[in-house]
Amino acid sequence: MKLSLSWLKEYLDTQAALDEISKKLTAIGLEVEGIHDPAAMLKGVVVGHVVSAEKHPDADKLQCLIVDTGAEKLKVVCGAPNAKAGMKGVFAPVGSYIPGSAMTLKKGNIRGQESNGMMCSERELLLSEEHNGIIELAAAAVTGSPAADALGLNDPVLEINLTPNRGDCAGIYGIARDLAAAGLGKLKPLKTAAVAGKFKSPVTVSLKDEKSCPLFIGRYIRGVKNGASPQWLQDKLKAVGQKPISALVDITNYMTLGLNRPLHVFDADKLQGNIHVRLSAKGERLAALNDKSYDLDDGMVVICDDSGVLGLGGIIGGVSSAVSEKTVNVYLECAYFDQTAIAKTGQKLQIDSDARYRFERGIDPAFASAGAEIATQMILDLCGGEASEVFVAGTAPDVSRTINYAPQRLKLLGGSDLTEARQKEILTALGFALNGWAVKTPSWRHDVEGAPDIVEEILRIDGYDNIPPQPVVRLPGQLRSEPSPLQKRVISSRRTLASRGLYETVTWSFMDDAKSDLFGAAATQNKKALTLVNPISADLAVMRPSILPNLIEAAGKNTDKGYPDAALFEVGGVYLSPEYDGQLTVATGLRSGNAVARHWSGAARSADALDAKGDALAVLEACGINVNSLQITIDAPAWYHPGRSGVLRLGRDALAYFGEIHPAVLASLKRDEAYAGFEVFLQKLPAPKKKGTRKELLKPSPFQPVSRDFAFIVDQTVEADKLVRAIKSVDKNLITAVDIFDIYMGKGVTPGKKSVALAVTLQPVEKTLTDEEINALSAKIIEAVEKGTGGALRS
Amino acid sequence: MSNLELLKKELVETVRAANDIPALEEVRVTALGKKGKVTSLMQTLGCLSPEQRKEMGQALNKLKDEITAEIEAKSLLLKKAALDERLEKEKIDVTLSPRPSPKGTIHPISKTVEELVAIFADMGFSVAEGPDIEDDFHNFTALNFPEGHPARQMHDTFYLPEAAGKTRLLRTHTSTVQVHVMQMQKPPIRVIIPGRTYRSDYDMTHTPMFHQLEGLVIDKTTHMGHLKGCLIEFCRRFFEVDELPTRFRPSFFPFTEPSAEMDIGCSRAGGELKIGEGKDWLEILGCGMVHPNVLKNCGIDPDEYQGFAFGMGLERIAMLKYGIPDLRTFFESDVRWLKHYGFGPMEGA
Repeated sequence: MKLSLSWLKEYLDTQAALDEISKKLTAIGLEVEGIHDPAAMLKGVVVGHVVSAEKHPDADKLQCLIVDTGAEKLKVVCGAPNAKAGMKGVFAPVGSYIPGSAMTLKKGNIRGQESNGMMCSERELLLSEEHNGIIELAAAAVTGSPAADALGLNDPVLEINLTPNRGDCAGIYGIARDLAAAGLGKLKPLKTAAVAGKFKSPVTVSLKDEKSCPLFIGRYIRGVKNGASPQWLQDKLKAVGQKPISALVDITNYMTLGLNRPLHVFDADKLQGNIHVRLSAKGERLAALNDKSYDLDDGMVVICDDSGVLGLGGIIGGVSSAVSEKTVNVYLECAYFDQTAIAKTGQKLQIDSDARYRFERGIDPAFASAGAEIATQMILDLCGGEASEVFVAGTAPDVSRTINYAPQRLKLLGGSDLTEARQKEILTALGFALNGWAVKTPSWRHDVEGAPDIVEEILRIDGYDNIPPQPVVRLPGQLRSEPSPLQKRVISSRRTLASRGLYETVTWSFMDDAKSDLFGAAATQNKKALTLVNPISADLAVMRPSILPNLIEAAGKNTDKGYPDAALFEVGGVYLSPEYDGQLTVATGLRSGNAVARHWSGAARSADALDAKGDALAVLEACGINVNSLQITIDAPAWYHPGRSGVLRLGRDALAYFGEIHPAVLASLKRDEAYAGFEVFLQKLPAPKKKGTRKELLKPSPFQPVSRDFAFIVDQTVEADKLVRAIKSVDKNLITAVDIFDIYMGKGVTPGKKSVALAVTLQPVEKTLTDEEINALSAKIIEAVEKGTGGALRS
Repeated sequence: MSNLELLKKELVETVRAANDIPALEEVRVTALGKKGKVTSLMQTLGCLSPEQRKEMGQALNKLKDEITAEIEAKSLLLKKAALDERLEKEKIDVTLSPRPSPKGTIHPISKTVEELVAIFADMGFSVAEGPDIEDDFHNFTALNFPEGHPARQMHDTFYLPEAAGKTRLLRTHTSTVQVHVMQMQKPPIRVIIPGRTYRSDYDMTHTPMFHQLEGLVIDKTTHMGHLKGCLIEFCRRFFEVDELPTRFRPSFFPFTEPSAEMDIGCSRAGGELKIGEGKDWLEILGCGMVHPNVLKNCGIDPDEYQGFAFGMGLERIAMLKYGIPDLRTFFESDVRWLKHYGFGPMEGA
């Protein structure tokens, strides 16, 4: 919403400076988003009189001017072809800022001739794109006076971010009213004298749906001449960004922007019969004034004549009855439309018009009659002609409410100590009528519905800054709140993964349809119910069934930029159904490139499935899971490499997947390099057991631990875990660790077999072990491995 | 010179001549070992008369002590020389990089949430969460957005297919969780709600997904003064500026009345934003007293209870606090960005 200072002052008698007005507007809830002040931009730039113009001695296309700036006569070199002696133009002295070229003028020397300033083109002052020559001002312009005045640019424009509740301020008059209530001046009375009708209107109006259109004031004005509107009106409209069209159209725009009273003018000679306001039927069409054609639905408010639809009431007029330069007879419409009806139609047809903007926010129904008179008078003043009597169909609805307010509410809800007298004063200034503390809302305030709204009205005019702040009252018995188990897991997962070298990222919750299928959308997800009806683009359409594809895409982009070793993770939601329990929190990570970088201290190593397994285990451990009690199965979902992936289970519950990403999936994602990832389902982890905070008592053995190395030859298919379990089963008390330190296949080992070297740690608890005891235990270990895995000690 | 003196001279010379520890040990054995020269002389003492034995014994003991001291002194010298020699050889290039250790980071959004949770936890708030996929009731109707109201258009909503007569959508704000909390919990209430939110808008300053943090306080007496006190305290702690200027402006949200927007003081001189200085203002959050209709819709009696709510964009405040220039980069997963703007896993833990 734009308003110019001069237009505001047409309604508001105020001495306040622009800055003061701007601050007050923001303070009362009409936030000023920007101020465009052309005079400030053109500070120091004046009307310059070119006294003489001679060809530059050393340049064909340049002239040396003597410019009278009012204060002195200066030498200026100028390249404009239209510069000539006697003309008046816009002179920017040395030191002034030229916005169009974003520079501050310096004293120059152009091919040996000094130049003290510049004669400006429109483009240099950001007035237009015109740059073929310098600006030529009228001869009457006063030499040395501010150029902004001579250019008609002395009117600052404020841009207000109007909140949707303040329909009453969609006209500059409403803003003036609010400022007056806030003590920044006096609202000037509008001239609303009725124009006497010279004849009976030949066109009548009937209302078929008084809910949608309860009031229609019509008036026939004959014998007008519709040309360009006068300069003052054009300037006013241009200043707030409205293009002048013709006097009749400009008058309706003036009424809309200034007085928040949208109107419509029909070329009366294009009407067939009388006007009916009714609801549309599906199949009707409107060729609208915005050069678009609309197929109407049932139930839209339409203005019709005997030939059919003329326009969409309160939204947009039609081409068939539009006024033009040739219009002689005009039919003026000043109606009131229901907010909801307008909003629905506007949304459905996607029409943004000044009229819709105002009707759907709610205009003042009580102002319709006065508005019609003001508009009639303007038409007569600017276009001549004579007006008929007013034809009124329906009645203005009474939209005001009476609210039972108690002045103590201001303290109880607003925390403010204003006196009752001051509260009354503010409400009265805003147009509320008080009968005791029964507060009647003004007809232009659709948004004030209850006591809290009254509190807001008083607070905003007095100023929110005057409310004394105080600390929130702490609830008794609560010192600091404890995060939920899931919140704790999310935090622990993040810290764990970041400390293992992964970078946390945040990616979109939605993804490409085909991509989602690769990660189980079709199998695990209710995809149809999770596909956006109105996605921003096809690649952001399906709620993600897994975070992995996003991480693969992200890692791929990093690889393409020359950063192939990035490990990424995200702890966030995946969506299996649109129900509340269909959203799962999953800690997901991905590694590619090298897990260990090439370095002088050792060889590089590529990231693999077991890095991902380590990450998953670290997350589980950080979340309080005893990782020794987990089982590993080899049935990870289809997006993992079947031979290089696993599932970490607690009992039958799958807590996490890990492994290399399936090469075929990567091929579909157009990635060549290998990736290993993991997914830990944080909600599936069992709740931590309530065993208290005490740890088990540490009983360190006084005896040295003993370590014995073994190498077994087993089938390649034998899983390491099986071997380790077999050994541990020999003596659960003595054997405290089994660590595999080498796996070998190749020369010296039968094909199909592998050699597994491991260290067994024995921790005696009662006495030092004798050689015999150790040997006996070793024999048992070998036997257990033979029995359990079919393996044999490597000879 | 007596024989003993000669022997002493000879032994001292050999001690001094020993040029490493094994040689010195050899000297010690030669002198003081079981068959050493001094030891051998000691063994002859038995053959002497008591007077001679006493005299000779004292002399031999003195010699033994002197030689022992000599050897010890030499030993220290040799050990030191050996250590010096070893240290001379043992050199590494300390300018080499150490063995790589893993380094990852936490995303600025997570860090921001953690900071906010800590600040509000100190003020007695607990953390609530809710689902991203919502229905019309929780996102709009319960929050006093009437059907067809222009305020609904302020939210460019993503919709999912209707299911079981329910309009499904991606929540446009975390205010949905206010509704869940009020439906489940009786006042007094003190919660904050961080989470993902979605609006169909994608340009320089909007992304289709972003994060918000919502706050809700409900009891019988909390008013606008408490709202101001709480949020001023929050902004001062979060931006770490004790005297941070703040300003509250009237605004509009369907779910609060009165409504306000809060600004903090800043300077934009020279194109550089400085929080807490200068004369400019920067919008930071929206807030207000919970609308009676909202309380009613959530089953709380508005004649008995009241309170305030606030909401803020997390990317925005993270950008302001940490000087991150571009919103879109939050979601681009560029590892250089993650390294640069991310936080170490133990930072502020």
